[in-house]
Amino acid sequence: MERRVPGSEQMNWLRAALLAALISSCAVISSAEDRAIPLNQLRSGSEFLSPELRALQADAFANPGMLWVERGAKLWSTPAGSAGQSCASCHQDAAKTMRGVAASYPRVDAKSGFLLNVEARINQCRSERQAVAPFRYESDDLLSLTAYVNSFSKDYKINVVIDGNAETYFEAGRTLYYRRSGQMNLSCAQCHEENWGKNLYAERISQGHPNAYPAYRMEWQSMGSLERRLRACLSGVRAEMLPYGAQEYRNLALFLAWRAQGLPMESPGIRR
Amino acid sequence: MTARIQIPAQAKPGEVIEIRVLIQHPMETGYRYDDAGKPIPRNTIRTLNCRYDGIEIFSAELGPGIGANPYLQFTTVARASGDVEFSWVDDEGVAGSERQRLVVA
Repeated sequence: MERRVPGSEQMNWLRAALLAALISSCAVISSAEDRAIPLNQLRSGSEFLSPELRALQADAFANPGMLWVERGAKLWSTPAGSAGQSCASCHQDAAKTMRGVAASYPRVDAKSGFLLNVEARINQCRSERQAVAPFRYESDDLLSLTAYVNSFSKDYKINVVIDGNAETYFEAGRTLYYRRSGQMNLSCAQCHEENWGKNLYAERISQGHPNAYPAYRMEWQSMGSLERRLRACLSGVRAEMLPYGAQEYRNLALFLAWRAQGLPMESPGIRR
Repeated sequence: MTARIQIPAQAKPGEVIEIRVLIQHPMETGYRYDDAGKPIPRNTIRTLNCRYDGIEIFSAELGPGIGANPYLQFTTVARASGDVEFSWVDDEGVAGSERQRLVVA
């Protein structure tokens, strides 16, 4: 028969309480740092490219994305609207003022509380400061200015804020990432976390990082935004493609940026 | 249409220099259909030529076999200071040109 020691009940209770506290504190840590792909195993999409395409991305002249960057540079200092304001009127030299900026996007606009990507930020400036119509999604103008702004973040490490007023957007993005959808009934994670590095037909599945966008995709023979790329995945799993500018894309983009935390930006990148 | 030319800013007489050109163009083949099922008319760059100091040194006929945003590179011998000028025309009759100064000394 077990011998009861006086006070052992209390000891057990204390131990249980301590254990519970320990577990819950672990849970808090793991929910913030719960990364399916640890940071030291992140691999940019460029590592899944052929050597030729990698060389094309690295060639600052032949990289076709530079055509859009060059056009963006012209747009930066072209006045628009009745006030005759250009981007440069407020932001001066983009090489100084835009340095590293895009690496922290998508981010929450403090004033409106909305989650903005670089495209949305540019269009916000157009409607609020320049008083002109926003650029159409995927228009050459919007892609060019975005590519121009992003080019000053090349080699900067992705670093986004996910707490505070960004938390609800982030959690919505995470939910979307792990939710199965489409006739294929696949979630993003099933390809890009559980099966990256394996073959899907003739392609190798990448980890699905957003660091090259807006990127020149060989399949498109053109520059395209991250939203366009996400639509391609939705179409691939035969899910309904959400319209451009949908909140879901931005939420997902924030989650993707957090997944890729610390990866260097490559825009204008080259992708298959 | 945006285009980029790359040549060395300066060269010695007789030096072999590399000339590179990249032109933004859809190079639409004419074999594709849009979302409504209508054929997209062909629109490719037809002819491209390069003059150096007024003399034609390179020309090409492009067609639907060339991908979008064509990139070409070739070499020539630097003789005298002058403009390297590219000009091209596409199926819609839109002409483009781009020039850059080469200093030979």
